[in-house]
Amino acid sequence: MTRLISVPTIPAFILPPLIARLGARLPQWPHAVNLVLALNAARKLGVLPEDSLQQLEGRSFRVTVLDTGMVVDFAYRAGAFRPVFSQHETPDLHFTARLSAFLQMVSRQEDPDTLFFNRTLTVEGDTELGLLVKNMLDALEWPRLSWQGLRQQVGSLRVPF
Amino acid sequence: MSIVAIPQLVCPAGSLAALRAAVDNGADDVYLGFRNDTNARNFAGLNFDEKSLAEGIRYAHQRGRKVLAAINTYAQAGRFADWTASVDKAAALGIDAVIIADPAVLDYAAQTYPAMRRHLSVQASATSYEAINFCREKFGIQRAVLPRVLTLAQVENVIRNTEVEIEVFGFGSLCVMNEGRCWLSSYATGESPNTVGACSPAKFVQWEKKPNEMDVRLNGILIDRYGNDENAGYPTICKGRFEVEGETYYAMEEPASLNVLEMLPEIIRIGVAAIKVEGRQRSPTYVAQVTRNLRQALDAALAAPEKFSVKPAWAAELGKVAEGSQITLGAYNRPWR
Repeated sequence: MTRLISVPTIPAFILPPLIARLGARLPQWPHAVNLVLALNAARKLGVLPEDSLQQLEGRSFRVTVLDTGMVVDFAYRAGAFRPVFSQHETPDLHFTARLSAFLQMVSRQEDPDTLFFNRTLTVEGDTELGLLVKNMLDALEWPRLSWQGLRQQVGSLRVPF
Repeated sequence: MSIVAIPQLVCPAGSLAALRAAVDNGADDVYLGFRNDTNARNFAGLNFDEKSLAEGIRYAHQRGRKVLAAINTYAQAGRFADWTASVDKAAALGIDAVIIADPAVLDYAAQTYPAMRRHLSVQASATSYEAINFCREKFGIQRAVLPRVLTLAQVENVIRNTEVEIEVFGFGSLCVMNEGRCWLSSYATGESPNTVGACSPAKFVQWEKKPNEMDVRLNGILIDRYGNDENAGYPTICKGRFEVEGETYYAMEEPASLNVLEMLPEIIRIGVAAIKVEGRQRSPTYVAQVTRNLRQALDAALAAPEKFSVKPAWAAELGKVAEGSQITLGAYNRPWR
């Protein structure tokens, strides 16, 4: 297996509806800030291919986590991922799934096409952009770095606005 | 039963991560394509540039595995040099074989790199031993990948009448079984696998989620409407549901994946040289899951063919990753001729 970090098997759980009801009432911007920080760290580490990143320029994204009520909006502009604080406009690409499906996908436990075929994952918007993002994530290989090496490569973590 | 040849397990890779997954989980050969329209899985963000291919070849060779380059679309008018450039790149990087469909590209590879192995791609649509022997005579092919249209008895007949190694599909999404000759995607979009390297190119695909259903359109043509509890498939015309004489159903074929697990002892007995897994567009997770299960099944079938039975765990994992979550034996066990 190519999995570098050992993660426990993630079952296809569904969080209680109360969590989604509460989550949807909380401010969404901290989620966007966290995700953008992670994506920019990955970009700085060079694990996201430059030619694919260039094709994301000016495009907007939304990630909806059904059972936590979390909706994250962000965009890629001027060479960096940036949070988007207004959710009025329709994004170019929108992924929707439960938390367990996103975790299974990120930990390489489940294949995104499988989740799409069995309707666990919904993708709306620009299909070509969706395919590009899926293929970028599939091609991801995390470098074997120590925390120190990692921090040196990523440098300071600031949110670009 | 005597085993005539041990079939090689040939697995797909759309990225370096997928190549490593294939090698780590027991593939003998890994096949892949360049990041352009000289291969039939030309999708954004997928495939290999020279740097990643060099690393992939190094990784596979270190572990005693082979890497095959699919240069299996048809050279477009005025752009023949793009296809020969892919052959040149593959040769320079030390690829183990090239998989080609276009006779002119095959001829170029045979003339320029006689020592480099040439495999006839499924896209060449060669279903008879006469066609395969012709390509052997003209282009010195060492292996041919059979289209998924033949019964197992017909595959055996081909093997008995050629010295070319025969590769068959063992797992993965099914085409409309008219490989290399299908223009359904072109009918709707003007683009098809043979011309641009992609069936139903993503820029023409529109998924639309509604409260109780999901519509999928190809260049504006409605090709399916899924209820919330229905499994989805790839957005290709062949797997769409259409109204025919007042009834709406899968008019051409159902979305399903081929799975030959239960036929493995027969496939080994008739002398198949290689078993191919479809799915260069799928994730490293899929490649790992399918390779691991087929490797175990193939090893079990080789060790004791008479006692072979499909383990529920293999069937469950392969069934899960199948297109439309359905599996089929396809044409292999077709009772009629």
